[in-house]
Amino acid sequence: MQMSNDWLDIGTLNDIPKRAARVVKTVRGDIAIFRTMDDQVFALDDKCPHKGGPLSQGIVQGDSVTCPLHNWVISLKTGEAQGADQGCTRTIAVKLQEGRILLSWPGLAVKAA
Amino acid sequence: MAERLLIVGNGMAPGRMLEHLLDKAPGRYDITIFNAEPRVNYDRIMLSPVLSGEKSYEQIVIHGDGWYIKNGITLHKGTKVTGIDRAAKTISTDNGLVESYDKLVIATGSVPFIIPVPGHTLPGVLSYRDLDDVDAMILASKARGNAVVIGGGLLGLEAAAGLAEQGMDVTVVHLMPTLMERQLDASAGYLLKKEIERRGIKVVTGANTKAILGTSRVEGVELEDGTVLPASLVVMAVGIRPNGWLAKESGLTVNRGIVVDDQMRTSDPDIFSLGECVEHRGATYGLVAPLYEMAGVLARTLIDEPAAYNGSVTATKLKVTGISLFSAGDFAEAKDREEIVLRDAARGVYKRLVLKEGKIIGTVLYGDVEDGAWFFQLLREGADIAEMRQTLIFGQGYAGGAPLDPMAAVAALPDEAEICGCNGVCKSKITGAITANGLTSLEEVRAVTKASASCGSCTGLVEKLIGLTLGDTYAPKVSKAACGCTDLGHDDIRRLIIAKELKSIPAVMQELEWKTSCGCSKCRPALNYYLLATWPGDYTDDNQSRFINERVHANIQKDGTYSVVPRMWGGMTSAKELRAIADVADKFNIPSVKVTGGQRIDLLGVKKEDLPGVWADLNAAGMVSGHAYAKGLRTVKTCVGTEWCRFGTQDSTGLGIKLEKFTWGSWTPHKVKLGVSGCPRNCAEATVKDIGIICVDSGYEFHIAGAAGLEVKQTVLLCKIETEEEVLEYTGALMQLYREQAHYLDRIHKWMHRVGFDTVKQQIVEDHERRRALFARFVHAQSFAQVDPWAERVAGAFDYEFKPLADLRFAQAAE
Repeated sequence: MQMSNDWLDIGTLNDIPKRAARVVKTVRGDIAIFRTMDDQVFALDDKCPHKGGPLSQGIVQGDSVTCPLHNWVISLKTGEAQGADQGCTRTIAVKLQEGRILLSWPGLAVKAA
Repeated sequence: MAERLLIVGNGMAPGRMLEHLLDKAPGRYDITIFNAEPRVNYDRIMLSPVLSGEKSYEQIVIHGDGWYIKNGITLHKGTKVTGIDRAAKTISTDNGLVESYDKLVIATGSVPFIIPVPGHTLPGVLSYRDLDDVDAMILASKARGNAVVIGGGLLGLEAAAGLAEQGMDVTVVHLMPTLMERQLDASAGYLLKKEIERRGIKVVTGANTKAILGTSRVEGVELEDGTVLPASLVVMAVGIRPNGWLAKESGLTVNRGIVVDDQMRTSDPDIFSLGECVEHRGATYGLVAPLYEMAGVLARTLIDEPAAYNGSVTATKLKVTGISLFSAGDFAEAKDREEIVLRDAARGVYKRLVLKEGKIIGTVLYGDVEDGAWFFQLLREGADIAEMRQTLIFGQGYAGGAPLDPMAAVAALPDEAEICGCNGVCKSKITGAITANGLTSLEEVRAVTKASASCGSCTGLVEKLIGLTLGDTYAPKVSKAACGCTDLGHDDIRRLIIAKELKSIPAVMQELEWKTSCGCSKCRPALNYYLLATWPGDYTDDNQSRFINERVHANIQKDGTYSVVPRMWGGMTSAKELRAIADVADKFNIPSVKVTGGQRIDLLGVKKEDLPGVWADLNAAGMVSGHAYAKGLRTVKTCVGTEWCRFGTQDSTGLGIKLEKFTWGSWTPHKVKLGVSGCPRNCAEATVKDIGIICVDSGYEFHIAGAAGLEVKQTVLLCKIETEEEVLEYTGALMQLYREQAHYLDRIHKWMHRVGFDTVKQQIVEDHERRRALFARFVHAQSFAQVDPWAERVAGAFDYEFKPLADLRFAQAAE
């Protein structure tokens, strides 16, 4: 694992199958890293705003995910619940660089603080 | 008193003629039909779908017994007319009837041509002509042996595809160098051969049959070059001959066929003939569209309306699901002809137009046949195509230089354009019927005009015509869309997956024009299931289209932990298994251990990353996944039956174990639970299961469609059967029927409610062949399904699922 001031290298794009998610464990809970069909990467707290369901375990559709517990659909871009449901999950900045996934370190630090 | 009309033969041509006649002049004739085949009138074009198992005989009946009764027609089934006394105007039959007529119609059709090579009379050599042939072929295919089809024409290929579908190893032997050479040119024949071979059917062209080998029944086919092909079934499909025997005996003029004039009159003014048995202006016909034209002409002639048959130009389609092929007219090469050809190797598309003096005289389309009707129309009317020559080959949509609105293309079709080739229905007939009868749905248009009522490939065109005629008032009866990603309902999706041979989720989304890029959590699991059920062994499961429970083979609980249920066959366990379960609970700190309603033990609160470890230990003790999470077979609940119970009538525990070992691992539209009770006291609560068996003294009551979930349903008794083997067969067949017909997430009771109890009963209980075929398909699918998913994952499959991508906890702690 490589660290710079701002970004943490947490793995390669190919560590996550298309339309799937994997988890990064932190002291303040799990972060779900999603990879979409068209290889965009998103990071969200692994908690549905509804009842805390693990979003990483849901079905990824386009750029949203369906929570496995009660089928809320959460936008991967904004973390907001779609449709009639109301609620928002925190997103964390993430970027792809030469096939590697970089997670925003300050993003995590804010949470830890 | 009404005049007496006698008809010899009850095929599609006289059937259609009678429809016209009854429509125009009911009561004009006192009608009697003699039919050598012991059946009502059925759609012979649809024999191939019956052979391949896509349709049943009941589905291809055109006129059931009720139709004859309703119309006051006397139908003698299984009665052969043996002579006509033209002077006395009577006919006589093989069972001694003598009947007089005022008008007689001979519709004796054709007989298959059998090559008289040595061995051609051996048992196991069949022709492909009527339902008896199809029944015999289906029966022969049960043995799963080798079949040789002699003849690579339309019929031969349909027979070969059907037999392959039934599981036989098929070889097509064809005399000419390319397949269907009468309808296709060499290029299209090549593409067709490749497609046929891709389906596992061997094709030998340029092969002359020397002899059929065997002593008491067929054992093989020997070719002229010495090759011997082993065969337990030989189908001769080398052509048909007009059946003019009766007419000839009666002194009528018969050449190749019974000679008729433009009014369908034979050389005797009171005797008419139509169908495959006639010869008109030197031509004989073996396709249905011309026969239907003749039927219309004869009906009008019989009521003294002027009408004339002028001969037909015919077009051909191959009725093998998934192969698109269209051919019409003359496509031979000659000096005075030009041609336009379009090839697209990657798409497997080939189109060829043969032109003579600026007109289309022939066309062959392979792979993309959308424009067949339009080219055929231009051909029939001898249209001058000079103006659109540059874009002609791209089809009607592009003939104006730019793609047209599809409705505009249909609107632009002339009134006489043929829409339905099977039934010879033109555009004006459909639009006219809609206006005249106030029709508002596809079903009504089908019933009145017969358009789209046979092979159905023109359904889209017919619907466009309805829309065009009714305008905004037409609301097509849309089945409820499966989800927001498509307008198609579940039934349509299932049908199109089969018809278009779609074998992956991206293929379905592409071909069926999904509105989203990768579907949603509703349609993807459904598509994944439909593909899995349709193409067992062929389709690769899409893990990301499964709900988490099925993806990780455990049930997600409210706190994100999982519960694990090992299988306990028929509810039985042992001290060893219980010890292993207890050890696993200790080793992985599993907080709750519970007995479920399905007689098993549930380990609750397992962390996801511990799942492979838990499974490894349970596997080591001989246990496999209980699929407590699956849209599949869950459990078979039992009581102790005769083993311990003083009331037990049969070994219900033993039967439960057999049933579970037979059905476990199967994927179904929703969960499936079974129960076996040893007596009517029903301690296993079998009457609230999807399938429930109640053992009684004389055998087994087979119950279906119970549930104790969101809706509580009591089972209904499907039938009583006598042996354990039958219980297994009925269970497999019922599960397969449910697998093939239900919408995803429908329990058995919901599916049964939709299709009707009687339909299910008919297919499972009354139609023995169908039940056996369903059973065989279930067994086939199970050969790919019974793999323990736990062991696979313990061995490393999808291991990313169970490990975090990264663990930052220590790094953060060190900050």
